[in-house]
Amino acid sequence: MSLRSPLSRVLNHGTARSGVSHWRSQRVSATALVPLSAWVVISLLALPTRNYALVSAWIASGLHPVLLALTILLAAWHAWLGLAVVIEDYVEQSLPKLLLLLLNAFANGLLAASGVYAVLRIALRSVA
Amino acid sequence: MSPHLTVYRWAYTMTLSILHRVSGIALFMALIGMIFWLMAAASGQAAYTEAMRTFASGPGKCLAAVALLALCFHFFNGLRHLAWDLGWGFERAQARRSALMVLVATLLAAVVCFYFLFRNGTGPT
Repeated sequence: MSLRSPLSRVLNHGTARSGVSHWRSQRVSATALVPLSAWVVISLLALPTRNYALVSAWIASGLHPVLLALTILLAAWHAWLGLAVVIEDYVEQSLPKLLLLLLNAFANGLLAASGVYAVLRIALRSVA
Repeated sequence: MSPHLTVYRWAYTMTLSILHRVSGIALFMALIGMIFWLMAAASGQAAYTEAMRTFASGPGKCLAAVALLALCFHFFNGLRHLAWDLGWGFERAQARRSALMVLVATLLAAVVCFYFLFRNGTGPT
């Protein structure tokens, strides 16, 4: 049973029923990114040189492709959620806001797909 | 949006709050760069070497340094936010102390990152 009046529901007043899940997703992805982002940055900076052979070998070795793909997916998810809040806060007119929110979703989706594809291609090439 | 935000006396904790958003936006751009770099590596040796001419150039490494600075700040200030979400550190004195700790940790971590980033100089390596 809802305690909201029919009028308030029609006018879209009150809760959108998605606030907590957005908030929680941002915290879950943040928590996972604490170890993952530190691992990626430290590992890449620690490589003695960043030439093609060494970088490909690092990406392809052991569980690195799995963790790297996971890091990319979580980073894009986290960026999507975070930028959505920024857009919702600072863009006031509804059409630009809608377009930017769509662009945000599509851009981060494209980044996630491209990143996972690149990691898999590097990893599988060295197996074959 | 809070139009009344300007009535508050400025405190440096407010600067950290807006910097979290600024660094987050910077990190989105860094993610784009990172994916371009991975795509170049996925395309093969020739494409990677060509891309590294830009990525490892002086301006390229300076942009990478800005991205690393943003990451260090967002990382440590993010830990501070997660601590708040657990209900820790809400007292004003605690929030100010943790803000200072974030700044010190950011600078220390960034200096170490810069050393490893620039250690081989600039240019395609």
